[in-house]
Amino acid sequence: MAISEYKGVWVFAEQRGGEILNVSLELLGKGRELADSLGTKLTAVLLGDQVKDIASELIHYGADEVIVVEDKLLKVYMTETYTKVMTKVINERKPDIILMGATAIGRDLAPRVSARIHTGLTADCTSLEIEEDTKNLLMTRPAFGGNIMATIICPDHKPQMSTVRPGVMVKMERDECRSGEIIELSSELTEKDVNVEIIEIVKEEKAKMKIEEAEVLVSGGRGLGKKENFATLELLAKELGGLVSGSRAVVDAGWIDRDYQVGQTGKTVRPNLYIACGISGAIQHVTGMEDSDLIIAINKNSTAPIFEVADVGIVGDVEKVIPAVIEELKALKEAK
Amino acid sequence: MNIIVCIKQVPDTTEVRLDPVTGTLIRDGVPSIINPDDKSGLEAALKLKEEMGAKVTVLTMGPPQAEVALREALAMGADRGILLTDRAFAGADTWATSCTLAAAIRKIDYDLIIAGRQAIDGDTAQVGPQIAEHLGLPQVSYVEDLKTEGDKLILKRMFEDGYHLVRVNTPCLITTLKEMNEPRYMSVMGILDAYREKEVEVWGLKDIEIDSGNLGLQGSPTKVKKSFTKGAKTAGKLYEVDSKEAAKIIVEKLKEKYII
Amino acid sequence: MNFNLSKEHVMLQKMYREFTEKEVKPYAEEVDEREEFPVETVKKLSRYGFMGIPIPKEYGGAGGDNIAYAMAVEELSKACATTGVIVSAHTSLCAVPILEFGTEEQKQKYLVPLAKGEKLGAFGLTEPNAGTDASAQQTTAILDGDNYILNGTKIFITNAGYADIYIIMAMTDKSQGTRGISAFIVEAETEGFTVGKKEAKLGIKGSATCELIFENCRIPKANLLGKVGKGFGIAMKTLDGGRIGIAAQALGIAQGALDETIGYVRERRQFGKPLSYFQNTQFQLADMHTKIEASRMLVYKAAFNKSNNMPYSMEAAMAKLYAAETAMEVTTKAVQLHGGYGYTREYPVERMMRDAKITEIYEGTSEVQKMVISAHLLK
Repeated sequence: MAISEYKGVWVFAEQRGGEILNVSLELLGKGRELADSLGTKLTAVLLGDQVKDIASELIHYGADEVIVVEDKLLKVYMTETYTKVMTKVINERKPDIILMGATAIGRDLAPRVSARIHTGLTADCTSLEIEEDTKNLLMTRPAFGGNIMATIICPDHKPQMSTVRPGVMVKMERDECRSGEIIELSSELTEKDVNVEIIEIVKEEKAKMKIEEAEVLVSGGRGLGKKENFATLELLAKELGGLVSGSRAVVDAGWIDRDYQVGQTGKTVRPNLYIACGISGAIQHVTGMEDSDLIIAINKNSTAPIFEVADVGIVGDVEKVIPAVIEELKALKEAK
Repeated sequence: MNIIVCIKQVPDTTEVRLDPVTGTLIRDGVPSIINPDDKSGLEAALKLKEEMGAKVTVLTMGPPQAEVALREALAMGADRGILLTDRAFAGADTWATSCTLAAAIRKIDYDLIIAGRQAIDGDTAQVGPQIAEHLGLPQVSYVEDLKTEGDKLILKRMFEDGYHLVRVNTPCLITTLKEMNEPRYMSVMGILDAYREKEVEVWGLKDIEIDSGNLGLQGSPTKVKKSFTKGAKTAGKLYEVDSKEAAKIIVEKLKEKYII
Repeated sequence: MNFNLSKEHVMLQKMYREFTEKEVKPYAEEVDEREEFPVETVKKLSRYGFMGIPIPKEYGGAGGDNIAYAMAVEELSKACATTGVIVSAHTSLCAVPILEFGTEEQKQKYLVPLAKGEKLGAFGLTEPNAGTDASAQQTTAILDGDNYILNGTKIFITNAGYADIYIIMAMTDKSQGTRGISAFIVEAETEGFTVGKKEAKLGIKGSATCELIFENCRIPKANLLGKVGKGFGIAMKTLDGGRIGIAAQALGIAQGALDETIGYVRERRQFGKPLSYFQNTQFQLADMHTKIEASRMLVYKAAFNKSNNMPYSMEAAMAKLYAAETAMEVTTKAVQLHGGYGYTREYPVERMMRDAKITEIYEGTSEVQKMVISAHLLK
């Protein structure tokens, strides 16, 4: 079958307990862009049990049509049932591009599907674009622990499949005026397709994160002036999905727990973003954080050694700058 | 019980540095390790061996140097090591890699195949599920705990917001998380045995049955169009501006680095 | 001629480093600070085969050579000299003499559990009045039927109190001088044997260094190690081997201090640039590294000789003399390069400098090593 017969951009609409995951909406935002630049349709594929009602939501977020497959056997995610149904609809309808969230489900389903239909799959893409002359999907992803970026193509196999991590793409504004078609297909599953028995489903809160594992750290030092100012850092950390940490001085002062100490006698951290607030940058501290990808330092003293390792240095008062940053971030979110 | 553990030798990416001037990857002197998720899979297999008796075969595909990773696995207590190496295998993406590994696995007795969830140099998490597909086996990925129940396995399959406790028949394939356990070290006697008393079998293309169209670069649906580093770390800039301006600069930088 | 490590050695080194990084280094400060014998670490060392590296497999050991053994002590001592000496004293001073001089029954009964790490070993030669002059032994062992009865006191005994098996030197015939000294294997639980005062020390604080007291301590005749009157020779031969272990410990301490210092001078900035940009720093590091590397050659050579049945007494003495002096010099320089911080307990070089000193003293002071070396030259 000719590759040119494969048309359309698909987004796997991942739902858990009847709720569509944010990442799927984000992918619809990206999918919309890709579909427009290819001049084709954007289709969401929704699998589950009694999920038809939420299909329209996918249209509000950018889909032109939604393929809905309902079956009791699709109520809870299982590799084989989902793979079988996805493979069937892909083979029948032949999309050009399929995007899935790089979740614990997407990263289980996508490789299995790609192997079954014999096509390529690129994981955890941070950027997706259409190459102008070839119309190939350019899938860019980090490798080597984020040290290099690679642009991957899948020129001779279709569909071109890609997973994307949550939070990377931006969802469109919800628009209830958007309309589209809802196509219901049958699953053709039987009990025999269930090859794994689920004994128990357990929901649990995420355990307390360790600062060594955090991707964003907002760290405070003696320059904060008082313990209460850590609350502001907490707010910023929350806004950025990170944690608060501190220098030895503030740990010794009892402003923050020892588990959150960065430095020679504390933890060595390597987050994507380290914001040093009122930390002078004594060598024992710097040793523990200098490998962070992006270091932003805020300090009143323009000769503070922390500025020597910072990518961005702000000479200023933490008590004023941090609230301003929080405000700016909130404004940005609202604008989206 | 016959267990195959698929491992990959990877550069320790926590030791990878970018050249501050050129922004290129410094690979010299970066130690090679057994991929952490795979090592936990191996530990799980070795525990099963201790608990109920099992023959643990470690399998890897890679350049000849990957033999060291197999020796390390033997030194931890694995029984048999197989290195799949051939020029024809080079340049494989996950599809071709999984096809090749599956072809090798067809030559080995197994009840359980364990692969690490993902490798730290590629982070794709694809090879395990794709091997399972090529072999037509049930798969359970993201496994954090494992128990046996007769010839079935009880597995804790992790999700972002909790877990499923699942029962699966063997033969099957599971992918393991490094959080599953704390892998043992090699032992002194294990290392000496790994060199003095154990063999690493080297298998090439002639030792497996596979369609040459599914091999290596040729058999890979995906191609690397280009790769690049994020660029050299530029010298830090110091700003003496008012708070509002400072906030703008910071947020701009966060956008530029895709943090928000 | 080949200076390359074998593949086995390279992998052992990797494993030693991994183990040390995760299981030893994180506790080194605490072990020193609390002067606590690292019981849990020793259990882990046993599990992974550190306690019987150069002992043949048939006796429960790993069947490695002395280079493999010296490298283990070196790597452990890079992070924690206390841990290094526990392994060294256990292996070189207790397990090895039983291997070399013990009967088959003694080997089965004592060497096997020692090599497996199920039991810990120690060695008692030094007495209040018999230090460098080890021949002035006052502990006595009197034959009484099927037993020997031991009386006397040993001091500065490494692993004392935690060890299960002790090699003890005692006079079986005072009139014979050194030819009246015999070696014995004494079990910790033997009646009449108690562990006395624990020393408070400058360094290797986690290592248990105590007095051993024998009061009419009855041990079976079968626990005589080697022949009657051959104890002094056994002790000297044992110390020849032990010096390889201590030299490796000194080497490890020095390397550990250099590694810490290299990290520090790259980060610490004064006068607007890292310390590593100053020529004084560069030259100091060059000297430190050169001496460490020379020590390593001496240590590995002595270990190589011992494993290959070549003379190693002088080689071991040279290795210990040079490595110990290097350890002292390198750690002192390391503290100096760290400046004020180096003098504080926030940085490990302070501990390393304290730990280094003992390597110039125990298992023969540096002066004794010179006596051994010159005796070989002038014989």
